[in-house]
Amino acid sequence: MATKPKSSKKVPTKAGKDEILKYYRDMLLIRRFEEKAGQLYGMGKIAGFCHLYIGQEAVVTGVQACLKDGDQVITGYRDHGHMLACGLDPKGVMAELTGRSGGLSKGKGGSMHMFSKEKNFYGGHGIVGAQVPIGTGLGFANKYRGTDNVSVAYFGDGASNQGQVYESFNMASLWDLPVVYVIENNMYAMGTSVDRASAETELFKRGISFEIEGEEVDGMDVLAVREAGERAVKYARSGKGPYILEMKTYRYRGHSMSDPAKYRKREEVDDVRSHHDPIDGLKKHILEVGHADETELKKIDNEIKAIVKEAADFSLESPEPDPSELWTDVLKDAEVA
Amino acid sequence: MSVDILMPALSPTMEEGTLSKWLKKEGDTISSGDVIAEIETDKATMEVEAVDEGTLAKILVPAGTEGVKVNAVIAVLAEDGEDAGSVTAKKAPDSGPVPETEKKDETPASEGATAPDAPEVKVLSDPSIPEGTSFTETTVRDALRDAMAEEMRRDEDVFLMGEEVAQYQGAYKVSRELLQEFGDRRVVDTPITEHGFAGLGVGAAFAGLKPIVEFMTFNFAMQAIDQIVNSAAKTRYMSGGQMGCPIVFRGPNGAAARVGAQHSQDYSSWYGHIPGLKVVAPYDAADAKGLLKAAIRDPNPVIFLEHELLYGNSFPVPDLDDYVLPIGKAAIKRQGTDVTLVAHSRMVGFALEAAEKLAEQGIDAEVVDLRTIRPLDTDTIIESVKKTNRIVCCEEGWRFMGVGAEIAATVTAEAFDYLDAPPARVHQKDVPLPYAANLEALSLPNADDIVEAALKVCYVK
Repeated sequence: MATKPKSSKKVPTKAGKDEILKYYRDMLLIRRFEEKAGQLYGMGKIAGFCHLYIGQEAVVTGVQACLKDGDQVITGYRDHGHMLACGLDPKGVMAELTGRSGGLSKGKGGSMHMFSKEKNFYGGHGIVGAQVPIGTGLGFANKYRGTDNVSVAYFGDGASNQGQVYESFNMASLWDLPVVYVIENNMYAMGTSVDRASAETELFKRGISFEIEGEEVDGMDVLAVREAGERAVKYARSGKGPYILEMKTYRYRGHSMSDPAKYRKREEVDDVRSHHDPIDGLKKHILEVGHADETELKKIDNEIKAIVKEAADFSLESPEPDPSELWTDVLKDAEVA
Repeated sequence: MSVDILMPALSPTMEEGTLSKWLKKEGDTISSGDVIAEIETDKATMEVEAVDEGTLAKILVPAGTEGVKVNAVIAVLAEDGEDAGSVTAKKAPDSGPVPETEKKDETPASEGATAPDAPEVKVLSDPSIPEGTSFTETTVRDALRDAMAEEMRRDEDVFLMGEEVAQYQGAYKVSRELLQEFGDRRVVDTPITEHGFAGLGVGAAFAGLKPIVEFMTFNFAMQAIDQIVNSAAKTRYMSGGQMGCPIVFRGPNGAAARVGAQHSQDYSSWYGHIPGLKVVAPYDAADAKGLLKAAIRDPNPVIFLEHELLYGNSFPVPDLDDYVLPIGKAAIKRQGTDVTLVAHSRMVGFALEAAEKLAEQGIDAEVVDLRTIRPLDTDTIIESVKKTNRIVCCEEGWRFMGVGAEIAATVTAEAFDYLDAPPARVHQKDVPLPYAANLEALSLPNADDIVEAALKVCYVK
């Protein structure tokens, strides 16, 4: 039996009203966007593999809150939430899911492969764990150039068993690279629970033999995530080297759209949903503290719904890529020396 | 406004399914995320979660219905404040087969469209070497070293990483003295961790640096081939052109001497297979220098295949400040009229040797050094075949799906009428490379094999 994420506990936070309302908004955007993506998948408008982030919203929202301009982000295939959190246009993300020319990759990447140089979002990688050395290379580039930027490499509990992750840990620690490794432990690598796949289930300890600091975080509480994220980012930014954050989180949906999720009980999902939901939890906090009332939150809900509707409409209206796009972007023309 | 609940597609391949069970009944209040029904696909029983909130007003497809098409309306939801009794489906329920006419209408534009022709690859010719230019006899090893040093002086973003490249001065001494000149920030010794440092290099290249990643041999790059193929080669395309990966993966490739099967493999055709990569495999020192400089400047990932048994060979290299050659251009290393010998890397030496032997028998062979495997300079090959009407494709790798197979197919397709004999291939025997000296020699192709193949296509033997 997999361990449940820790219950949301009150974390004394430095986050002010505006920030907290922003986190609420950001998480809600991811939630509604993913629900819509699931719906469009059901309608056959989105095809192939589609991995939804529902339930894990607090992780990326809280970590992104700790970053500054120039910091880089990279993740695996469950990536829509990270893109939205990096400020990518929901229209472009959704249109990539539908494979249209208005998509961020002009329809040529799909759900698992989107990028934005402008927003320092480096993908979107479909091979489990491959983003970890690449993210380490982004950190290497920061150090090489002498900037104080950090890179954040997100990966799951499944990826945490890949060999290249440890090759990366070793080099990052050896060379004090400014990388924050965020392990999104949603307890299941597809259908395999952490305890069925990992000899050491406390994944934050996976850096010990590389002398990398690690800590476990309640990934269902955006304020706890932000707290830990600030510690980790500050550490990496100061030149001390990499840092590991294990986010205990949970995905409500199957691994991908075609996963019937028979490896866990419905009650387990319902329990997390009812008692540990990151959005409900923050909403409760907002109402208790008085940052906003129900009417104001309803207004945010409606704004988000409108954004998502606009994205969905755009993703269906945008034309398929022109056939000539078949041949573009394979190689860049070399400038003749 | 009422909302139609549609039969969802629940896998990449699902077209229809069985609506096995309703878990909500008409009149029930539904919240987003509630499981409302169960559907059986060909693979599994799946739960259908509600997306919208409201009251389940009407169930249009009863439990137990088989063959329900994806996107058929299965129920109607009344939203807040709406009278559940008065709502109707916007789309007629449809659980039967789709009429032919409708099917036609729904054919996506993408089906039936023909792919446009591939764009032509423009390749420049070699720069002309000014008259009076002096040449210095240089080993391939030093030519490669000079190329890296020149490019590192020219561009601060270029750095070298790999096993033993810095303090040890290179396992094959190709990076000799680079650490002394550029320091350990730009000449980086890595742990023995090919997958990791290849991926790290890709990340640095995504961030705009220009890494040269040395593999002690390409045999070890198999540990890293996922990062090379899936990350380096494909990301430009998958990002719609936004990302780039200006990286060079280089190191010795092919057979060394008596090191056995795991250390003796030619990867030309492996990497040549991949769109998004350029693959370079020079023979002599001048080409090694000019092409490595081009590879470092290229904005794409370049696989640069060297040969251990050539490192110590000396060739004249022009004394020019900036000798850069175009990637994608073959070179005719010997003019001839009777038969074309196509080769790359170390096999060029054997082809030249074979040409001398053939000359003794009155056969005038032309030797084409491919220099680049991808993009392949088919124009130069075809032009040569049009002249000689015969071709022998030589490579150190295995025959099956090898570089020679590609060239033979191309020549057959594009110069069929010019051929006076079927294309011949010279290659390694189809076995892992043996250790025993006699078996190793039997396995690897040499000049005599080329002579024999050439005599066959000339119908002399």
